[in-house]
Amino acid sequence: MTHLQPAEHQPFRLSMLIYDRRYRSLTIQTVVFIGVMLFAAWLVNNTIENLARLGKTFSFSFLWARAGYDIPFSLIPYAATDTHMRAAVVGLLNTLLVSFVGCVLATIVGVLAGVLRLSNNWLVSKMMTVYVEIFRNVPLLLWILVILAIFTDVLPAPRDYRGDDAAAQMILFDSVAPTNRYTAIPRLAVEHAPGPVVIAGTPVNGALVAFAVALVAAWLVWKWLRGWARARQNRTGRRPVTWWISVLLFVVPLVALINLFGVHLIPPTLAGFNFTGGVNLDNGFVVLVLALTLYTGAFIAEIVRAGILSVSRGQTEAAFALGLRARPTMGLVILPQALRVIVPPLISQFLNLTKNSSLAIAVGYPDLRATLGGTTLNQTGREMEAMMLMMGIYLVLSLLISAVMNLYNARVRLKER
Amino acid sequence: MTKTVFLGAVAAAAAVLLSTGAQAAEGDTLRAVKQRGELICGVNPGLVGFAAPDANGNWSGFDISLCRAIAAAVVGDANKVRFVPTTGQTRFTALSSGEVDVLTRNSTASFQRDTELALDFPAVNYYDGQGFMVRKDLGVTSAKELDGATICIQTGTTTELNLADWFRANNIAYQPVNIDSNAEGEQQYLAGACDAYTTDASGLAATRAAFADPENHIILPEIISKEPLAPAVRHGDNNWGDIVRQTLFALIAAEEYGVTSANLEELSKSSTNPEVQRLLGATDNLGGMMGLDAEWAKRAIAAGGNYGEVFAATIGEQTPIGLARGLNALWTQGGLMYATPFR
Repeated sequence: MTHLQPAEHQPFRLSMLIYDRRYRSLTIQTVVFIGVMLFAAWLVNNTIENLARLGKTFSFSFLWARAGYDIPFSLIPYAATDTHMRAAVVGLLNTLLVSFVGCVLATIVGVLAGVLRLSNNWLVSKMMTVYVEIFRNVPLLLWILVILAIFTDVLPAPRDYRGDDAAAQMILFDSVAPTNRYTAIPRLAVEHAPGPVVIAGTPVNGALVAFAVALVAAWLVWKWLRGWARARQNRTGRRPVTWWISVLLFVVPLVALINLFGVHLIPPTLAGFNFTGGVNLDNGFVVLVLALTLYTGAFIAEIVRAGILSVSRGQTEAAFALGLRARPTMGLVILPQALRVIVPPLISQFLNLTKNSSLAIAVGYPDLRATLGGTTLNQTGREMEAMMLMMGIYLVLSLLISAVMNLYNARVRLKER
Repeated sequence: MTKTVFLGAVAAAAAVLLSTGAQAAEGDTLRAVKQRGELICGVNPGLVGFAAPDANGNWSGFDISLCRAIAAAVVGDANKVRFVPTTGQTRFTALSSGEVDVLTRNSTASFQRDTELALDFPAVNYYDGQGFMVRKDLGVTSAKELDGATICIQTGTTTELNLADWFRANNIAYQPVNIDSNAEGEQQYLAGACDAYTTDASGLAATRAAFADPENHIILPEIISKEPLAPAVRHGDNNWGDIVRQTLFALIAAEEYGVTSANLEELSKSSTNPEVQRLLGATDNLGGMMGLDAEWAKRAIAAGGNYGEVFAATIGEQTPIGLARGLNALWTQGGLMYATPFR
């Protein structure tokens, strides 16, 4: 018979830090923590020392120097005389644009492909299987390069559109010209533009404000109309026919405003080397969006399929037994439950897409990686600063996307009452 | 491509992090190269005439010859060289992190690179300027007619900045297409994704020489910048910079005094010109002043001939690239090539 001495009666000895189970884990954690911190400190110190030895200082002042290079695609006004900071912002906005458009399109493609892959139609489901497997299993960079090669080698050059006997013809009533540099599309123009409206000190395009106000007003009326129709249905058991009022609500103000402002399309025309007049959608952007969409869409399709399959067959059968048809069954029974499974991995896919957009330089699209991490880094020689800044920006961007998607996840999560 | 560049930059950053010292202290590069028994040169990944590997992986070209000459002078064997291909984006990082000993990669010497990037350009080995290449059937005869044109440009180069400056100064518009390497630029230009391709005029000539139909492309007469191409070394190790400079000067001086790879042996014994005697190590020990032996220059010249021979063999008028000597002729023939006296 051994008698265990109650631990609290023992006086504390130094050896207990190793031999006493209560303290051992604390000891290990402390040692590891100190080790990690020392390693980090050594890395930082070593970096500073070596940079100093190379005659390089650590400073972000280069951001306020003149950039001196042009950026082919910019959402805000930018010229070569602006600062590196502004070039970085131009790049960041381009990254955000391509990521946002990519995420939206990838979700649409992914949901469609995922649902269709479960279709009872043999041909459709097999086609979706082929799509998913091909895009999922080939590296994204290769897809980007393949699509770029198709765009540059197959599409005609702008000058092929020249002359009476041109090698290429514009499509869609002579309004759209796909070329190996960009796709020239018509531009919206306003003839009798109202003056700019000043909102919070910044002038905003008056026509844009008018359209926005008309749309919001139409939407509010439409909501009220729907409520009224539902109330009427609840009271009388008959739903009044309102669809034509809804259509008129949106169409009439739009047509009126278009006539009032004289909104029309300006088709692109070939002048000199390139198309002018319209909007030139850069191929780099189109190729990047296309590749990111198709690649990420394949992953999302699998996530959606897994989500739908995770809802047991009994749920569908129960819904059918209650007399629900196929579409309400999907919308009211299956999807709400599937979303619980779909949303968390979907967040990862959005993050992946955003980070993968840094492959943009392969197609010459000026994203953050190409401006701040490319030309700016090279011209200033500030590798360390530019890399750290870029890592910080991508980190913040990813955390923001995560945060927003987690909010959404909290909303669709199974509510246990 | 992108990934490689990115990883390269990260790897270089990591190399800066992890290498403990020995970066550019006096005499360190020479000691490291001698110990290794091999010279590591950063070179262009592929620019015919300047630096390009053949089907068997043997590198040749104008910049390669300089690298081999330095190796012959320092290690004693022109073949004890390792070539590290670097893009416009990775080259200076590769040099300053110590990945390469010297950059012989048609790089433009400029103020900012000399000072802020902490590099040294010991001497210019090719005086160049930026030009434009277009298809002949475009009907363009001057760069000033390029208003509204789409122009392919290698990112991370001085040409990128010159282009922006020149077009703004002339008040004409253009659309840049950023590309990562000469090969990519060639492909985009040939596919018609850009109207004009711009880089150093020598690079244009070299690129055009590799086309299937070089006669259908012209290089426009405008030269919009000064591009003194020079080997680069790190700041701080002045002795190593001296070796690179004097090796290049030895090649230039050899041409000036008529020393060729053919008459080298004979002249080293029989020449009565005291400058040639000192250069080839027959009298005095100039090499000893920078940590080499007396015959360093002799080996450097033996590696590929004097400056004129190297020029003629790699990019001269008899080669497909067909560049005239122009500014790169000796000072005695109206050019800028001038070596300081060997004494």
